Amino acid sequence: MSLLEFCRWLQYSAPLHTMRESPIFFPVVATIHLMGLALIGGAVLVVDLRLLGVAMQNQPVAALAQDAERWLFRGLVVMVTTGILLFMCFATKYYYLTFFWVKMAALLAVIAFTWSVRRRVALAKDGDVSPIRRKAVALVSMFLWTTVAVGGRYIGFP
Amino acid sequence: MSLFRFFEWLGTTSWSIEFHESRYVFLLVLMIHVLTLSVFVGTALMIDLRLLGRTMTDVPVSQVMTRLMPWTEAGFLVMITTGTLLFYAAPVARYENIFFRFKMAALAMAIINMWLFRRNVYRRVAEWDRDPVPPRRVRMVGALSLLLLALIITAGRMMAYQDYWFG
Repeated sequence: MSLLEFCRWLQYSAPLHTMRESPIFFPVVATIHLMGLALIGGAVLVVDLRLLGVAMQNQPVAALAQDAERWLFRGLVVMVTTGILLFMCFATKYYYLTFFWVKMAALLAVIAFTWSVRRRVALAKDGDVSPIRRKAVALVSMFLWTTVAVGGRYIGFP
Repeated sequence: MSLFRFFEWLGTTSWSIEFHESRYVFLLVLMIHVLTLSVFVGTALMIDLRLLGRTMTDVPVSQVMTRLMPWTEAGFLVMITTGTLLFYAAPVARYENIFFRFKMAALAMAIINMWLFRRNVYRRVAEWDRDPVPPRRVRMVGALSLLLLALIITAGRMMAYQDYWFG
């Protein structure tokens, strides 16, 4: 079964048919998806702004990062769960949108980056990592998350 | 002149029509409005979670406030600016949208909540600044703020569905 056939099977399966028929299912799930955006935004910004050196300067990065990571993870769980539901409703539409695949690629990249490079830099003792490296990590993180978010908004347009 | 008549007139101004009919400018402003949610609500949310004692518990509340609030305020400014533009693009439709009115009411309450907090409880922040879990009154402010932000997001998202549901 090709990917397109899978998308078609998903979208036209009985439960998905029922979900699409419902006038409130998609709006409600989309709303929860947006709340996840806020949660991820906050959890990412707290650490990235600190790494950039523009917020919370007198706090060690590591403590902030550990706290924020928990909320980032929760935000991701909300986002991915609701995201899969939204995808299933119109799977074939998203299959044909280049931006959807850009978004997915950026998402995978940012998850890998966050839990490897960014984590190591954020949890390092203050002074162990050069400020330039910290700033670069923050900028890459914010750039990738922005790509995910812009892609998300773009695929929602009619 | 009634508010309705005023918005009716506003919708006939040439900039409003041009903005309404432009394909990309409108969508661009809409995109900025939606994505700035992550800055405005995101940072507000982290402050609220600190007020609830659920995150950054070893950072004094006053520090979380002074460091993050400027970002919340900057995000808020972008939200209000793009939001005003989106309203201007279709004044009557927005004014008559039940979810828009609901959103504005929730927004007003969220602002009043924060304003009262900063005027009253926050004045004596020194007494509970380092508490991992702040006193009950402070936690109430954080919980109320979270609830109102959730209502604002919900109403904002639902604005797009008024015609679909009730039209």
